[in-house]
Amino acid sequence: MTTKKPTVAVYKFSSCDGCQLSILNMEDDLLDLADAIDIAYFLEATRAQKPGPYDIAIVEGSITTPHEIERIKEVRATAKTVVALGTCATAGGIQALRNFANAEEFARVVYGHPEYLHYLETATPLSEHIPVDLELWGCPVNKAQVIEVIVALLNNRLPNLPPYSVCLECKRRGTICVLVDKGIPCIGPATQAGCGAICPTIGRGCYGCFGPARDVNPGAMATMLRQLERYPGETARLFRGISGYAPTFRTIVDDILPANEEAQ
Amino acid sequence: MPNERIPDMGSTITIEKPVFNLLLSRLKEEGYLPIGPRVKNETLVYDEIESIDDLPQGYSTKQKPGNFRLVHEKHSRFFDIIPGAQSWKQFLFPSHTELFAMRKNGKSWEISSQPMEPPKYAFIGVRACELAAIQIQDGIFMREDFTDPHYRARRIHAFVISVNCTQPAGTCFCTSMGTGPRVKEEFDVNLTELDDVFVLTIGSEVARRLLAGIPFDDASGYILSNVERKLEHAEHQMTRKLDSSDLPNLIIDHLDHPYWLEIGKRCLSCTNCTQVCPTCFCWDTQDEMSLDGKTTRRNRLWDSCFNPGYSHQAGGNTRPTIYSRYRQWLSHKLGTWKEQFGTLGCVGCGRCITWCPAEIDITEEIAALRNEVNR
Amino acid sequence: MTMLATEIVRTHADLLLEPHWAEIKSIIPEAADIATYWIRFVDSDEQEAFRFEPGQFNMLYLPGFGESAISISSDPQDHEKIGHTVRFVGNVTRAVSRLKVGDIVSLRGPFGSHWPMKEMEGKDVFIACGGIGLPPLRPALYHIIQNRDKYGKVTLLYGARTSGDLMFPKEYEDWRKAGIDVEVTVDRGDANWNGRVGVVPMWFYQFRIDPHKTTILTCGPEIMIRFVIFEAMARRVPLDRIYVSLERNMKCGQGSCGHCQLGPYFICKEGPVFRFDELQSFFNVEEF
Repeated sequence: MTTKKPTVAVYKFSSCDGCQLSILNMEDDLLDLADAIDIAYFLEATRAQKPGPYDIAIVEGSITTPHEIERIKEVRATAKTVVALGTCATAGGIQALRNFANAEEFARVVYGHPEYLHYLETATPLSEHIPVDLELWGCPVNKAQVIEVIVALLNNRLPNLPPYSVCLECKRRGTICVLVDKGIPCIGPATQAGCGAICPTIGRGCYGCFGPARDVNPGAMATMLRQLERYPGETARLFRGISGYAPTFRTIVDDILPANEEAQ
Repeated sequence: MPNERIPDMGSTITIEKPVFNLLLSRLKEEGYLPIGPRVKNETLVYDEIESIDDLPQGYSTKQKPGNFRLVHEKHSRFFDIIPGAQSWKQFLFPSHTELFAMRKNGKSWEISSQPMEPPKYAFIGVRACELAAIQIQDGIFMREDFTDPHYRARRIHAFVISVNCTQPAGTCFCTSMGTGPRVKEEFDVNLTELDDVFVLTIGSEVARRLLAGIPFDDASGYILSNVERKLEHAEHQMTRKLDSSDLPNLIIDHLDHPYWLEIGKRCLSCTNCTQVCPTCFCWDTQDEMSLDGKTTRRNRLWDSCFNPGYSHQAGGNTRPTIYSRYRQWLSHKLGTWKEQFGTLGCVGCGRCITWCPAEIDITEEIAALRNEVNR
Repeated sequence: MTMLATEIVRTHADLLLEPHWAEIKSIIPEAADIATYWIRFVDSDEQEAFRFEPGQFNMLYLPGFGESAISISSDPQDHEKIGHTVRFVGNVTRAVSRLKVGDIVSLRGPFGSHWPMKEMEGKDVFIACGGIGLPPLRPALYHIIQNRDKYGKVTLLYGARTSGDLMFPKEYEDWRKAGIDVEVTVDRGDANWNGRVGVVPMWFYQFRIDPHKTTILTCGPEIMIRFVIFEAMARRVPLDRIYVSLERNMKCGQGSCGHCQLGPYFICKEGPVFRFDELQSFFNVEEF
C-alpha cells in the first residue's frame, strides 16, 4: 500500500478480553500488523492514544448496560468501518443467556449488592444497536481470520469468511467425525467454519461458538441430535450456549423446548 | 518350502504374515512411503505404516447409517476392518495444496515457490471399491485434454497393495456397483488374508522386482479355493443393494420430482458425504495475501456442492436451497457423471451412508425415488 | 497400480492455474460500473500466438483477490490486444475497477465453446441480447462484418436498463453501415431517449424471422434468455438453431473444479455457448 496506513481503534464492551488477547497473541504476525496499520487506540496493548476519527473500529463485547448503548453509538460515529470481534459482539456471547431468563434474579444470586448495578435486561450484539460492517465470530476469534479481515480491509475487498459448516474443516484436516464415530453430540453441522475444527480434532463435540453456518436445516439438526442425547434436554443446552442468542440457534431451541416439556 | 525364486507376473503365492515386514522394508528401500489403515486416537485412519504391527490387527468395524464403530474383537487378522471416513483421495488429491506462491516485483509478480515433489506412496490395503474410485479420479484428473499436475505427480508412482474384502460392512454395496468385493485388476500386489498366511497375486513388474528374495510359497489349490470361498461368502453377506439398472435416467428424467424436496427436509447440507466420498473431486481456490501485500499464496482446497458458497455468482446463488444441493450431488454422482466420465460416480463403498449424521442412505433414497416415480 | 510403465502424455504445464502476465494498455468506460480493458500479454510471443473464437472467455486473475471468468469482447482478428468488458460486481472485478493503465493482471485462456460462426454461414442471424450480454457477442458481430457476404439477413436486437447502460453505442452506426440491422431498446426511457422502451423479448413481433433459415444467438440476464427462447420457439425456430451463452461460477476453466456444472456440462468447457436442444432439459429445472 502506498497510501497512508489506516488508523485502527480496538474497543472493549461486555466481554472477557479473550478476543483482544487473540490479536496480541499473534506473535510474529503482530509485528507485521503493526507495520500495516496504525493502532491509534488499543488499551489492552498500549496506553498511547490518538484521537479519532478512525478508519477501522474493532469492537469486542456485547451491549449490556445503558452506558454501553451510548458508547457504541459514539464508536460508530467516529469510525468508517466497524468490525464486530467475537461472538459477544456478533451474538451477545455467553452473557446473552440472561436474555432467556430473568436478569434481576441472576444479579441477586451473583452480586452482594445488586442495587449498585446498572444493567440492561438483555445482552445484545452490536448489530442490534448500530450498523456493523463485518462480523467476525468465535469465542475467541481465530487469528488467521483476524488477519484475513485486516488484509481484506487493507485491500478494499470482502474477506473470505466461510459460509459452510465445521464438518468441511474437520474433513479437510482429516479429523474423524466424533458424532458418527463416537456418538458424541456435536453441533458442527450447523456451525460456521473458521475455527479450524479445534474441538472435534481433540475428540469433543463442537458447541457452536462460531455461530450458525449460512444455511442450516434446524429441524433435521434437532432430530439428529436428540437421538444422541446423553441426558434429557442436552440438544437444547448445546444450542443455547455461547452463540445461543443467534437467531438460527434460537429457532432450533424454540422448536425443541415444547417437545422437551412434553417429555418431562 | 519357502524358496528364493522371483514370483511370476500374474502368479499367486503365499507368505507367512511376519514376512510382510520384509515387503515393507523393500518398499522403504525403494523410496516408498507406506500408508495403510491404523488405529490412532481410538479411531481408524490412513497413515504411515512402519511395520505390520501398525496395522489394525484384531480390529473389526461395525457400520450402519450415521454410525461407525471400531471394535477390538481379539482375532488375529490385520485386514478385517472396512475403511472408515478417510480414503486414498487425501493422498492423491490432498484437501489443501499450495499451488504456488508469488512475490511482488514492481507492478508484476514473480513465482517465488513451486509445488514440492510429493512422496512416492505405497498404499497398503486398498479395497476393490477404493481401487475403482482411484480409477474414476484418474479419469477426472488425468484426462486427454487436461491433466492435473499435482494429482499426476502423486499418482504415477503410487504402488498399490490391494486387499480382497472378506467381511463387508453394513453399509457396503460394491456388488451392486460392480466394483467388489473381489479385486480384479490395476494393482501391483493383491492380498487376501487367510487366518495363517497372506495370499498375494502379483500384478506388475515393479511388484515382481520388489518381491525378489522374499520367502514365499506357491499357492496351493486348497489355498486358492479357500480364497474363493471367502470371497463368495463376502458377496453373499452383502445384503445392501442399489439397483442401478435404470440409472442414470431414473434421476435425469425426474429432476423436477417432489421427492427431492422430501430428502431436502432431512439433509443438513453439512458436506460430509462429499468429503468422505472417494470420487468427489470439487475444489476451490483461495488466495492468501500477506499483511504487507508483497507476497501471496495460491491455494487449492476441497470444496463441496453442499457449501452455500459453491454456486454463488454475481447474479445470485444458483442453488440457494438445501434440496437443490442434495439433488445436485446425487444427480451428478448417480446421473450426469455417466455422460461426463463414462461411468457412474459411485463405487458402492457406503461412506456417504455411514458418515451422514442425518442417516441419509443413498441406496434407500434411490429405491424411494423409484417407488415415487412409478406410483 | 503404479503407472510408471504407462505412457502418460503431459498436455499442460506443470503449474496448475499458472498465471500469464498481461498489461492494461487502455481503459474505456462503457457505462456505470462497466469498462472495457484493453490488455496485451507482457510476453509478445504469447500475445502473437493468442487466438480465440467469438464467445470464448479468459480467466482474469489478480493476485490476492482471485480469478474471474470474463468474456472476450474484442475483434478475433486483432492480434495486437485483447478486449475485456468488465462489470464491477464481485471481489475480483471490483478490484479490477481500481486498476490503471500500465497495471499488470494475469489472463488464462481462451476457454469454452463459441458461437457457431461456421454453421451460420448462408443463414440469417438474429442476435437478441441484453445488458452485459452484448460484449461476448461483439466478436461475432466483427466476424460477420468481416465476412458479410457469407451471411444472410443479420439483426441485432439489444436492450439495456436505460440509455446510459447501453454498451458500445458509438459503434452502432458502423455496424449498420456494414449491413447489420441494429435495433435498440431500453427498459426505462428518459429525456435522452426517443427510441424503443421495453424489454428485448417484447419487440420480437416487429421482426420477420424465417424459421427455416434463421439462427438465434442470445446472451444476457437469465430471465431475458428464457423469454427470448419462448419467442423463438413461438416462431417455430428449431431448438438446434437457438444458441445460448450461460454464466456460472467458473473457477478453473478446465472442467475440473466442478463449480460451473449444469447437468452433464461443465459450463467452462462444454459452454458457455450451448445449442439449446442440448441444454433444454437441464435449463428448465428450477434451482438446478
